[in-house]
Amino acid sequence: MVELIAKSPCAGLLPLAIGDVQVVEVDLGVLTSIAPYAGQGGATSDALRAAHGMRFPKLNRATGKDGARAIWFGRDMALLAGPPCDASMAEHAALTDQSDAWASVVVSGAAAEDVLARLVPIDLRQAHFATGHAARTLVKHMAASITRTGPESFLILVFRSMARTLAHDLKEAMEAVAARG
Amino acid sequence: MRLTCPICGARDRREFYYQGEALARPAPGAGAEAWDEYLHLRDNPAGVRRELWQHEAGCGAWLVVERNTSTHEVLGVSLVLDEAQA
Amino acid sequence: MRIDGKGLVDRSKPIRFQFEGIGHTGFEGDTLASALLAKGVRLMGRSFKYHRPRGVLSAGSEEPNALVTIGRGAVQEPNVRATMLEIHDGLDARAQNAWPSLKLDAMAVNDLAWPFLGAGFYYKTFMWPRGFWERLYEPVIRRAAGLGALSGAHAADRHEKAYAFCDLLVIGSGPAGLMAALTAGRAGADVLLVEEDSRFGGRLNAETFQVEGLAGSDWAAQAIAELCGMPNVRLMHRTAVVGAYDHGTYAAVERVNAHRARPPEGGVRETFWRIVAKHAILAAGAIERPVAFENNDRPGIMTAGAVRAYLNRWGASPGRRVAVFGNCDDAHRTARDLEAAGVEVAALIDSREDIAHPGVDCRVYSGAVVTGSTGRLGLKRISVQAADGRKEIEVDCLAMSGGWNPTVHVTCHMNGRPTWREDIASFVPTPGSIPGLVAVGACAGEFSTQACLTAGAVAAKEVLKDLGLKPPRGALVPEAEDTPYRIAPLWAVPGKGRAWLDFQNDVTVKDVRQAAVENFRSVEHMKRYTTQGMATDQGKNSNVGALAVLADVTGRGIPETGITTFRPPFSPVSVATFGAGAQGMGFAPQRLTTSHAESVVRGAPMIEAGLWYRPSYFPQDSETHWRQSCDREVGYVRNAVGVCDVSTLGKIDLQGPGAAELLDFVYTNGFSTLKVGRVRYGLMLREDGFVMDDGTTARLGPEHFVMTTTTAAAGQVMRHLEFVHQVLCPHLDVRFTSVTEQWAQFAVAGPKSRALLNAVLEQPIDNDSWPFMACGEIMLCDVRGRLFRISFSGEHAYEVAVPARFGESLFKLLVARAEALGGGAYGMEALNVLRLEKGHITHAEIHGRTTAFDIGFARMVSGKKDCIGKTMAAREGLVDPGRERLVGLKSVGEDATLSAGAHLFDTSVAMTPETSLGYTTSAAFSPTLGHHIALGFLQHGPDRLGEVIRCVDHMRGLEAEVEICDPVFFDPEGGRARG
Repeated sequence: MVELIAKSPCAGLLPLAIGDVQVVEVDLGVLTSIAPYAGQGGATSDALRAAHGMRFPKLNRATGKDGARAIWFGRDMALLAGPPCDASMAEHAALTDQSDAWASVVVSGAAAEDVLARLVPIDLRQAHFATGHAARTLVKHMAASITRTGPESFLILVFRSMARTLAHDLKEAMEAVAARG
Repeated sequence: MRLTCPICGARDRREFYYQGEALARPAPGAGAEAWDEYLHLRDNPAGVRRELWQHEAGCGAWLVVERNTSTHEVLGVSLVLDEAQA
Repeated sequence: MRIDGKGLVDRSKPIRFQFEGIGHTGFEGDTLASALLAKGVRLMGRSFKYHRPRGVLSAGSEEPNALVTIGRGAVQEPNVRATMLEIHDGLDARAQNAWPSLKLDAMAVNDLAWPFLGAGFYYKTFMWPRGFWERLYEPVIRRAAGLGALSGAHAADRHEKAYAFCDLLVIGSGPAGLMAALTAGRAGADVLLVEEDSRFGGRLNAETFQVEGLAGSDWAAQAIAELCGMPNVRLMHRTAVVGAYDHGTYAAVERVNAHRARPPEGGVRETFWRIVAKHAILAAGAIERPVAFENNDRPGIMTAGAVRAYLNRWGASPGRRVAVFGNCDDAHRTARDLEAAGVEVAALIDSREDIAHPGVDCRVYSGAVVTGSTGRLGLKRISVQAADGRKEIEVDCLAMSGGWNPTVHVTCHMNGRPTWREDIASFVPTPGSIPGLVAVGACAGEFSTQACLTAGAVAAKEVLKDLGLKPPRGALVPEAEDTPYRIAPLWAVPGKGRAWLDFQNDVTVKDVRQAAVENFRSVEHMKRYTTQGMATDQGKNSNVGALAVLADVTGRGIPETGITTFRPPFSPVSVATFGAGAQGMGFAPQRLTTSHAESVVRGAPMIEAGLWYRPSYFPQDSETHWRQSCDREVGYVRNAVGVCDVSTLGKIDLQGPGAAELLDFVYTNGFSTLKVGRVRYGLMLREDGFVMDDGTTARLGPEHFVMTTTTAAAGQVMRHLEFVHQVLCPHLDVRFTSVTEQWAQFAVAGPKSRALLNAVLEQPIDNDSWPFMACGEIMLCDVRGRLFRISFSGEHAYEVAVPARFGESLFKLLVARAEALGGGAYGMEALNVLRLEKGHITHAEIHGRTTAFDIGFARMVSGKKDCIGKTMAAREGLVDPGRERLVGLKSVGEDATLSAGAHLFDTSVAMTPETSLGYTTSAAFSPTLGHHIALGFLQHGPDRLGEVIRCVDHMRGLEAEVEICDPVFFDPEGGRARG
């Protein structure tokens, strides 16, 4: 039997390191969108905790940690990143496999905020967007999910098909920030 | 221009899609006039009106925005779903 | 003339630059204007209309005269103000609007013809003959008049956009701005201080005032040092706030590398900032206005404040023997500063009778005015009308002051109107004009340094209160001069000759009077008739003076006359900066399918489909024309098997007990009756009854569907579903999310499609296990995927989906297998021909003006349920048989080329727009049928099958007789898809 070869969204595009900022593609494992049915928010959160050890994230927040994270992903939706979502959760929420739908990158470094200030129309400074905060917003023209994963690092997801544009837009912003010295 | 999404907070206008005046959909048999009103007739007031917007590049929620078309003051933003339940 | 010991330029750092091809040396900290003045160069430009020799008028961004062009080719930048241009090594600046040279400008002949070239001249003179305007008059006038030119090449330097957020935006870093920033910064507020100049400090750098016993510029430097040490304060210099917008949004342009010849590698020339501020304090200062008198525009005549700025900040005296002329005490400062610096002051002329002694050694004429000047390329002499008669005074520089205009511009950007203040004879911002912004200091008509410092502190404390922060303890306002501002208005000195109001547009007092005489009495009409207040300075120097003259001649007061509207941008912004980053790959995201790289390798030209890129066709070496490739690929599908990437179609996953009901409501036809494991075609209407989109929806489980949309409408349909669910049907318990990107999906179409699939599927399929319109999960090469038996080509066909990571690999595999079976990959051209042969519609047909009735799908609108658009689709006019309705068209007799966009006419009538009975929407050559076919919309179309009409494409010069036929050209029974 022929074997199909997997290719990651940013293959050949990343990593990038310019000035104080690095961009790397990350493999988040299995991505599952979890959308609780009417009145099932609490039950979904309980099931998520029982199965994966984290609560359903509050608005604009992420729970869990590297390797197993639940990221708020929009109105009544979270994205479980890491383990395959426990099937029992389907009782409470619509589960959809998104593992291949998103290009996932981590932007990190001392000037990461400055780079993202060129692309993202929201205030990502630490005082306003702390570790564990998550937002649905834009990266330049692309719909994106942004999560702060550390003092100098952000997890960014855009549609897989836009990976090349993401790499291009980040590179231009990184070069401009680096050139300021 | 900025709108404060009840879910995501204050965001730039570029994240939102604008639909138009917030009107109730008539019943199927409401008659031609009611449907014409719903689809085509707009008051275009110089003042406060209720509009539908979607936070398309954010959480995806449809919003009712109360806005003054003369001063551009935004008097309130709420979720359509909350309004329906109220 | 450089003055020893004066100025803030760094004399240890000389800089070489060129102006008009002549080399000069200045110092770090110089602008082009200050460096040239230091060298005694007064002539810097030619005026717009009359080509009058001009020098600098100002020392700031309001400069109307000294505009130069820098750089060459792709980095050429015109209309750069010499007053803002920092000199740098290699700077090559050229004057504009002069030929053959700045000193000997041939077009200066216009100046001799001035009696004929006044306001309204163009409108009256170039009316006839009509056709001459475009061909003759405009090109000639454009060449003679105007500013600098672009090179026409794409801008080579990068520009960027960026966002900034703050609790308090302070605009301007003079005494008011600095004090506001210090007060708020010390309290811990999130402050952004923005300064247009390269150096923070505003007028403190240009005056000899002391603040707290320190030189003003030293106090400013000390304040900046303190602010730099605060982590909660950000400072931006070389950054002009150019616009105020709704809800605390401000636009600002940062000249990141505009003070260098080129940006460093990877750097940008300018950044366009969008700043969001909870509060803003506008401390933009004031702009001094000239006085109109005969020949007040000669090089060497400038504002009194500019003379002080050149002297005190740049250590450059604009003249060796200077006269000062003004109507306010502020002008006296210029005379005092010059004398203190050892520059000869010939006279101080004050239009007011009753003045306190100005404290100067020079001759003082009170109640006197300057009535004229001489010196063609530079000022030589002024005429003064004094109490004791007329004097001629030899000078090479005249410092004039008509008083100061607060810089109200930004407060007018949201329709605000400034308020007239009689005591300072000028306009001040009207409070509340920009919600969240307060104007302070000179910008609000408070002209003493002490008043500015106090106002900045007070305004900042108000902001702190609102932010819930405690004002800093013991932060007292430092002590500074508190001289009252005394002025008596003087707009124009009476006289016969031309007295300039607007230097940039060559508008004189006479022109404004002429406008009023011709009844252009409204200030907005006067502006447009005379052009006063237009071009790069936007009347910053001239608006108040011009409207005062207009008020005078029309017998109205200044407040009644009003002021023209100041709009963004405050200062000129290059188009490259507005469009920053949005060119080339930055213009829009590129969406690439997983088969993109392989398609490119195979030589396929990629065409845009929305944001996606799709292969047009896959050429083979022997082929020289796209039609050959396309016909071959059509043949693959009709005779063997073709493979096409259809991943770009929108895919939406719907789950929940309410999913079926939601689908019933958004589609005209029913989906609650669809069996699990089956697919159904659906038609979606807009609420007004016209078709929105179409596509297939598969039922994967009792409460689980996957909807497909067309590539073009994927976003619109997703938004529509959210609308229907959240706004119209919130009671339905359904959740949906886009899975377009999750799946790589390929059409495998043709008589050998099943054979191909069975070679890669773990469980082979047959017609019973996988009949037409079946769907389900499959295992393919150890990967879990989905298989849909649907057909856009009309052939026995499938769409196979796998997680996108395997897309490229599967595409290669499927194409290789297809090739082994006598088929191969096909692109958009073949896909289009295949669907046309089957009469399948695309957005060429459902273009927003067609109904289900028009496309022959009226039966698909279920009578058993309501759906979006159903009520309105039933309108009389939308079901009129006379509507333009979908038909097929094929040429009669010898094959003729048919095209999309052609009009349809009866054969017997004259072809006029009125007799057009319809139009074609898609057309192609059908290799299967051997002739051209088209789809179109024709009045009474389906009732006229078999008739012959004319198909005429006036644009392409095509005309053919065509037979009206059923839109399904090939296999009308549909047996091939089911086989």
